[in-house]
Amino acid sequence: MSRPPFPPPPRPPAGAEFPECAPQTQDAVGRRAFLELMGASLALAGVTACTRQPVEKIVPYIDAPEGQTPGKATTYATAVLVEGYAAGVLVTSHEGRPTKIEGNPTHPATRGTTSAQVQAEILNLYDPDRSQSVRHAGWPSSWPAFITAIAPELAVKKLRRGAGMRLLTGATTSPTLGDQIKELLARYPAARWHQWEPLTLDSIRAGARLALGQDADSQYHLDLARVIVSLDADLFADGPAAPRHARDFALRRKNGGVARAPNRLYVFESTPSITGAAADHRFVVHRALMPSLAEALATATAGAAAMPFCRRAPPLAAALQAQVDAVAEDLLQNAGAALVVAGSSAPPEIHALCHVMNRALRNVGKTVVYTEPVEVRAAADALSLAALCHDIDAGLVDQLFIIEANPVYTAPADLRFAERLAKVAFRARLGSYEDETSALCHWHVPAAHPLESFGDARAVDGTVTILQPLIAPLYDGKSAYRFLAALLDLPGRSDHDIVKDYWQKTWKDDSDRRFAKALADGFVAGSAAPPLSIAALPRPAAPLAPLAPAATGLTLLIAADPSIKDGTFANNGWLQELAKPLTKIVWDNVAHLAPQTALAHGLENGDVVTLEVGARRVEAPVWILPGQAPDCVTVHLGFGRRFAGRVGDQVGFDAYRLRTAEQLWTRDGLRLTKTGRQHLIATTQSHHSMEGRDLVRRASAAQYRAAPRFAKTLNDKAGPPQSLYPERPQGDGNAWALSIDLSACIGCNACVVACQAENNVPVVGKDQVARGREMAWLRVDRYFEGSADAPVVSFQPVMCMHCENAPCEPVCPVGATVHSSEGLNEMVYNRCVGTRYCSNNCPYKVRRFNFFGFADQGTESLKALRNPNVTVRARGVMEKCTYCVQRLNLARIAAKLEGRGVLDGEVQTACQAACPTAAFTFGNQNDAAAEVTGLQASPLSYELLDILGTRPRTRYLAAVNNPNPNLEKG
Amino acid sequence: MTNAAATHDESRPPVLAPGATYASVTEKISGLVLSRTTPRWWILAFAVAFLALQVFLVATAYLVTTGTGIWGIRIPIGWGWAIINFVWWIGIGHAGTLISAILLLFRQDWRTSINRFAEAMTLFAVSCAGVFPILHMGRPWLAYWFAPYPNSMSLWPQFRSPLIWDVFAVTTYATVSALFWYIGLIPDLATLRDRALGRATRLIFGVMALGWRGSAKHWHRYETAYLLLAGLATPLVVSVHTVVSFDFAVSIIPGWHTTIFPPYFVAGAIYAGFAMVITLMVPLRRLLKLEDLITVRHLQNMAKVMLATGLVVVYGYAMEAFMAWYSGNEYEGFMLWNRMTGPYAPYYWTLLFCNAGVPQLLWLAKVRASPWLLFGVAMFVNWGMWLERYIIVVTSLHRDYLPSAWGMYSGTLWDVATFVGTLGIFGVAMLLFVRVLPMISIFEVRTLVRKPPSTHRVQGG
Repeated sequence: MSRPPFPPPPRPPAGAEFPECAPQTQDAVGRRAFLELMGASLALAGVTACTRQPVEKIVPYIDAPEGQTPGKATTYATAVLVEGYAAGVLVTSHEGRPTKIEGNPTHPATRGTTSAQVQAEILNLYDPDRSQSVRHAGWPSSWPAFITAIAPELAVKKLRRGAGMRLLTGATTSPTLGDQIKELLARYPAARWHQWEPLTLDSIRAGARLALGQDADSQYHLDLARVIVSLDADLFADGPAAPRHARDFALRRKNGGVARAPNRLYVFESTPSITGAAADHRFVVHRALMPSLAEALATATAGAAAMPFCRRAPPLAAALQAQVDAVAEDLLQNAGAALVVAGSSAPPEIHALCHVMNRALRNVGKTVVYTEPVEVRAAADALSLAALCHDIDAGLVDQLFIIEANPVYTAPADLRFAERLAKVAFRARLGSYEDETSALCHWHVPAAHPLESFGDARAVDGTVTILQPLIAPLYDGKSAYRFLAALLDLPGRSDHDIVKDYWQKTWKDDSDRRFAKALADGFVAGSAAPPLSIAALPRPAAPLAPLAPAATGLTLLIAADPSIKDGTFANNGWLQELAKPLTKIVWDNVAHLAPQTALAHGLENGDVVTLEVGARRVEAPVWILPGQAPDCVTVHLGFGRRFAGRVGDQVGFDAYRLRTAEQLWTRDGLRLTKTGRQHLIATTQSHHSMEGRDLVRRASAAQYRAAPRFAKTLNDKAGPPQSLYPERPQGDGNAWALSIDLSACIGCNACVVACQAENNVPVVGKDQVARGREMAWLRVDRYFEGSADAPVVSFQPVMCMHCENAPCEPVCPVGATVHSSEGLNEMVYNRCVGTRYCSNNCPYKVRRFNFFGFADQGTESLKALRNPNVTVRARGVMEKCTYCVQRLNLARIAAKLEGRGVLDGEVQTACQAACPTAAFTFGNQNDAAAEVTGLQASPLSYELLDILGTRPRTRYLAAVNNPNPNLEKG
Repeated sequence: MTNAAATHDESRPPVLAPGATYASVTEKISGLVLSRTTPRWWILAFAVAFLALQVFLVATAYLVTTGTGIWGIRIPIGWGWAIINFVWWIGIGHAGTLISAILLLFRQDWRTSINRFAEAMTLFAVSCAGVFPILHMGRPWLAYWFAPYPNSMSLWPQFRSPLIWDVFAVTTYATVSALFWYIGLIPDLATLRDRALGRATRLIFGVMALGWRGSAKHWHRYETAYLLLAGLATPLVVSVHTVVSFDFAVSIIPGWHTTIFPPYFVAGAIYAGFAMVITLMVPLRRLLKLEDLITVRHLQNMAKVMLATGLVVVYGYAMEAFMAWYSGNEYEGFMLWNRMTGPYAPYYWTLLFCNAGVPQLLWLAKVRASPWLLFGVAMFVNWGMWLERYIIVVTSLHRDYLPSAWGMYSGTLWDVATFVGTLGIFGVAMLLFVRVLPMISIFEVRTLVRKPPSTHRVQGG
């Protein structure tokens, strides 16, 4: 048969086919214009069939209307995938167009929590850059052509029992997919399945095997823990369980709860994380000290049991040892309700030590529960990929099917995957984007989005969700199930049938009912992985080799980007423009340096340096991050993409090039050279100190107990300021109010993306952010206090405060911003002429102005994304948080129809619904029984800038933390 | 008129150079208009101004089609060059009415040689000023919503907003100034009509003269109307900039929320206005050879007004600083400290140098008597007053209450282009004015030549 020429002809540059799409400039105006123009070509491509209904039966979550009620949104329960794991969600659909993702509160694993990435998944669905057709050697082809092309290939393989056939996937939790792969491997016994997930859990798994003697997942129950110690583990940001961890941690903290049901978080980390920011004690330690720390902690808490896993790391300095002793003492005092966790970057023996400590502290079965691995196959990713590379070199591979993984971009650089891939005779890929890997494959098949096809996946605790499509594939994408079915000679089977059949096999007779229930619930009840009981810890087979002496000089730390993670979300404008929690940087990744390291190298923010480890080097701009460990340079993955799409291409630098299969997260011997060039880094916050102003009010639990009203200033005590005007009539109507609990806020940004999705907030691009024109209605302010080496970090979500005496209202010359009878400060876009006086006079600076026509009104697919209940704002008008007035109105209508008032909790603002820690509480403060009323009456409740007498409806609950008194003294 | 100047000491230079007669004054001033040859410098200057006017058109067209984003404004600095320029131009527009109305009521005869010119300058400056509030809007095509017109939506402007007060204050001021200027022109237009040689010129001046024949009745009505308008215009001199200052004073932003703003703005406006009159007068009297009519005496008097108002402005700066400290308000205190030591500190200290330092030279009689030194001082004040508005607008907004929202501002090329553009409008208008209309009031200057000029004294009467 004829093989496609290799290398495949490069994709014609966009400009050749569509001259108007040729890249214009780097600035955002160009980008926007570019997106607008692309809309026209999309319309031509016939991507208007967004309202086509899926053929299969799908079951609405609750209150299914008879047929569709136009104008009434429907909610479906399904899941989206986070690093292969299911996050249970409810998706709002307007006339067949999914528009908003929210957590499924009944889902046993995620409990309604979401992350920024889950929130942003809806934009991926409508991304006009997603791959739209099957491509063969770079040229448009079709699914039948692909089926035809693989048939002889498979026929040959059948004869050879699959020798030379390889499958490469990312992390997979789908039982159906697992079953299909099993069948494939049964049919082609010599075929092999490789797995590569860039944010791999290899080390965690190896640690579990080392300490427990078997593969096991650790499920953490932070709600049960009184003392939590993290060794470089970013519990609240890393991995699919992060939102759940945050929720559980915050349960005890809300409204000063830590003073009543104390929990305490110690974080030892080398690069600041939101977990460290939330910690009661954050210790800045070089990553090289982590083994010593873990050994010291383990020796103090587990004694001799820890010895087999110790690698004789050098002792700690006395000061740090004293602190570790205090932490160990706290752990011992709280045995049974303590938890020690290490991060995915820690070597296996540190994980093993954590297992030892948790066992010694009798935490197993309480704060940590072991289960069978949730993934279909808990492979060691790096080894699996390395094995594939080895086999390719050995000429054992002549056929490679890649499902979703993008190894050409994400593989460790030393594997030189692109070169090796080229040696494989036949390579086909299923992918959402025509990305780096697809560019090097003979066949590319567009993947369906999880919201476009049936499927199944398991959550971190093993709970199965059956994914249901909310929309027919926009771009004729194929799911992984159909792709595998094609390999199994069943190309005609639909996702629905494949998934349904699998569960029919599993559930037998009862399957129809259970399938329907699973779809309606959004999960399969009782499908969580059962706890494993591991009787005793085995000793390692061979004694562990002593630790090599720590290298001196700079160490490179590699981590996932807080916004775009491993690069999967690189083409997601919402996430690219999402200010990273600690740096507030957008549209870039940087090399984070400690202030003293920067000083030693004579570097300032934005200086471009060459990072060189071994034979590899990249150029990166520098960012000085208070709280970074000295001599540690942290870089984030996910940037520097070449084939991500128009949004993600050529943004930042590619940190994967510094990664090796052996050292995925930490590389010693980093050389840093100044290039003398500067790179513009756009941030949404340029000043980092509170300047001594009482913006974020905080106290320790002890201080709070001693003076419960510490957050109240003299102004609060004096009552509302005197006024010549009568109190606005509030009567017994609704008076909407919001309470934000700063004890609970971890700065994770889920609310920011949720707000953007709910309110059609546009993306403006790096250049415009650098000019101070970001449009986010809700921002999370971040302040550093104390020393730059180990600062206290505070987060404060700020959006329109809906002041009773709103300074913006009297200054508007045309009355475009007015007060509603329910206390909302409303913005009338139609009436706004754009003097910006309201913004100038807003002391909170929460108003956003459309300096240009920022909303992309042209791109066809993005039209379907919009929330139809929220106006898309035009150029020249001011906009801001509305308290999700569209949700209020829907609730009001529903209440009126039923002849009742709006119930407490009936309206959730988008930020509130998204917040994993439930830091937001919204409701009617005229309702004495409402939760928000209770919180506003809390002694911790305070108004931001109360000195101005604006009397905001949005109030904050002061942060209360729980430092260890023994450490406080030191 | 009283012979006010005659009672003063002899050393003062005269308001009118010796040797002037009715005929020479008329000849001199109307000659400038009716002359068929246009001076070379005028053509050159006009070309430059016209070019700047084109810049304005381009900048405005781009602005309206693209958005205010082409400027440097951002959150939190929602107002930038546009509002700075607005206040600057409005300030300049204060000298004319002050000279015409207030000095008329005070019977200062030296005003006669400069009032026409200053009034024209006022009108053009106010026009330039008026451009900015419209252009700075996000949707300038809706500017008519500022007007209280009956409409089917039953919507009115929001009368609590100082921006609406601005609209009324500025339009009233512009209207009264225009009327005042035009009425003052009528007798001179009649003179030009009578002296014009060309038919078309005669016709145009004839129509504009509104049938003025110089009868006693006309003069009587003229004097009455002029005096009434002067009375009407006088409070406006104070009110306009007071209202403009409310744009800032009414807000809650530290650095804006200040009760001293109204008097301080008015004084600043007069200060700026006189500086601009001097800036324009010094070269023009030279180029048009009007040294006989616009004498050093005029310049001296204007310099004294500048010095006085400048001192009021300095008092304003001092009080602002004092109150920021004395109030004990941490935000006010920070605002001032930030102005003095923050990123815009060079602007602040330059402003103080220009507005409070350099003008102290005016205490020296020698400086007051030297046109070009005065010109230099006036240029510093022009610049300083622009910087003052920059400091007020930008440094107050760029670091207000929440440090998380702080930001830095700088204008873009388009900000500069729009400003240069209005300089073009102003220049074109001014140049056309000195070419086609009598830039000095002929009939009023003639009142100064009643006594034999050999007395070397200022004669009033």
